[in-house]
Amino acid sequence: MNWDVILPLFGFLAIVFLIGTYSSKYIRKAPDFLQEYFLGSRQLNGFILALTMVATFGSASSFIGGPGVAYNLGLGWVLLAMSQLVTGYFTLAVLGKKFAIVARKINAVTLIDFLKERYQSKWVVLLSAASIVVFLFSAMAAQWVGGGRLIESFTGLSYTASLFIFASSVLVYVVIGGFRAVAITDSLQGIVMFIGTLLLLIGTIVAGGGVSNIMTELAVENPDLVSPFGADRSLTPLFVSSFWILVGVGVIGLPQVAVRAMSYRDSRAMHKAMIVGTLVVGFIMLGMHLIGVFARVVVPGIEIGDKVMPLVALEVLPGWLAGIVLAAPMAAVMSTVDSLLLLVSSAVIKDVYVNYVKPSATQRQVKMLSISITAIIGILVFLMAIDPPDFLIWLNLFAFGGLEAAFIWPIVLGLYWKKGNAYGAFASMLIGVGSYMAIHLSVPNLFGMHTVVLPVALSLIGYVLVSLITQHKHQIEHQQIIQRFWGI
Amino acid sequence: MGDGRNHYKEDLRFKIANREALMGVFLAIFNFIWWFAFAYGLGKKPVAEYTYIFGFPAWFFYSCILGFILFSLIVFVMVKLFFLEVPFEDREEDVE
Repeated sequence: MNWDVILPLFGFLAIVFLIGTYSSKYIRKAPDFLQEYFLGSRQLNGFILALTMVATFGSASSFIGGPGVAYNLGLGWVLLAMSQLVTGYFTLAVLGKKFAIVARKINAVTLIDFLKERYQSKWVVLLSAASIVVFLFSAMAAQWVGGGRLIESFTGLSYTASLFIFASSVLVYVVIGGFRAVAITDSLQGIVMFIGTLLLLIGTIVAGGGVSNIMTELAVENPDLVSPFGADRSLTPLFVSSFWILVGVGVIGLPQVAVRAMSYRDSRAMHKAMIVGTLVVGFIMLGMHLIGVFARVVVPGIEIGDKVMPLVALEVLPGWLAGIVLAAPMAAVMSTVDSLLLLVSSAVIKDVYVNYVKPSATQRQVKMLSISITAIIGILVFLMAIDPPDFLIWLNLFAFGGLEAAFIWPIVLGLYWKKGNAYGAFASMLIGVGSYMAIHLSVPNLFGMHTVVLPVALSLIGYVLVSLITQHKHQIEHQQIIQRFWGI
Repeated sequence: MGDGRNHYKEDLRFKIANREALMGVFLAIFNFIWWFAFAYGLGKKPVAEYTYIFGFPAWFFYSCILGFILFSLIVFVMVKLFFLEVPFEDREEDVE
């Protein structure tokens, strides 16, 4: 056991727990339980909004997987990672005000509330809820495995015990604190991620004898490490550019990101969040992936990519500082998982149960149910993550791109295109998810682009064509929806 | 504008929202062009001919580091100068 590393980690878990307790006070007092539990009563300020967006989006892959690949491929992978800078401002600029205003008009708490009111179709709602539950459940399980493995590697405890520590700390604050706890802990986690990146970046540059020295050594080992094409010249411009869809502008279609675009207090919060978010996401992505590249000179010969970041932290920093830095990936995993957990539970309770199973449920019943369902889902994920079944790992492959392809057009065009209707949205979701799975399984990275590109394009075509073909149907209802959404 | 025979007053705040969304889209396109042009414009040379700025290859410095700083600044300026504050809650109040 390495106590230098473990103490900051557990200190961090303790603070997170306190935040959960603090937030649960708001839940007791809140006039509208669902608004508070799943949306923090739309009270986020700019700083918290920025950090919760960055932290939700930045997952284990930004801190563990990404630097490992950068270690092997060089600066080309940092270039690819910088396609994520755009997420700092794009989501809020595009969804931003329109989503916030509309969500208040129709009193939407979840993303699906919005889709439900906009398309007035049971099938759109059920398909959305199913996609969210299935994909995010599997994504969550994968992240929990990552969280368990992280604790396992720092503490030397067994995997199951590590997973238990991880799961119970996340569960406690999400279940008792709801969205407010998630957002506040996300901010704390975002700050830890930021500071961790800064410390490790400085430490690595110093240990490597300065940037010039590191670059020279890399170019001697293999010139392509400092080219944009990757050490094995596998990174073509087209392939790298296609990540602008997957981890750049396409992020707008991820439910966990989109729901944040209706959670803030006022337009000032949104403006501030764009500025802060861009700075923070840019710095973390640039810093963490550069660390991976620099590590090649500082700690050569690491075989397993996922070990690059922990090994370099222990190498270049004193033990207690390494502990703080290693809390960063932990924070990244937690901040992603907590949002997903809440989202899955909101899909089950708010979108399915309250909408279709028992619309007459009292506040008290809904409250009891929300808390217990959130806990039950968390426990289920924990049990799944102990020994993840193959189908879960299989599903997780589609989670990110599949959700983007499913939701991006029903959200964006639902907000900005009056002719969009339920048929178009339904077609778009089916085509998006279906073609994503088909392409991923048969010819991944078709035409040298990441798999996500074609499904996003196809689901756009599906949305527009089907909406236009069916525009004569239900004209009166459609007109009412438009009036409600666009009118005063 | 409007859908002809159906009369309703369009929410004025959406004009602002639409304009700002478009600005976001254009900024993202400009961001992509900057990132791509410097990375592959300067980076496609043989590595032996690379020039270096602060230790980084020039393509990387301009595309990723300067690009990051520049677009953070542009976001700041865009938000401060062109993004308007709009009330979210009301139904009656007019904007501007």
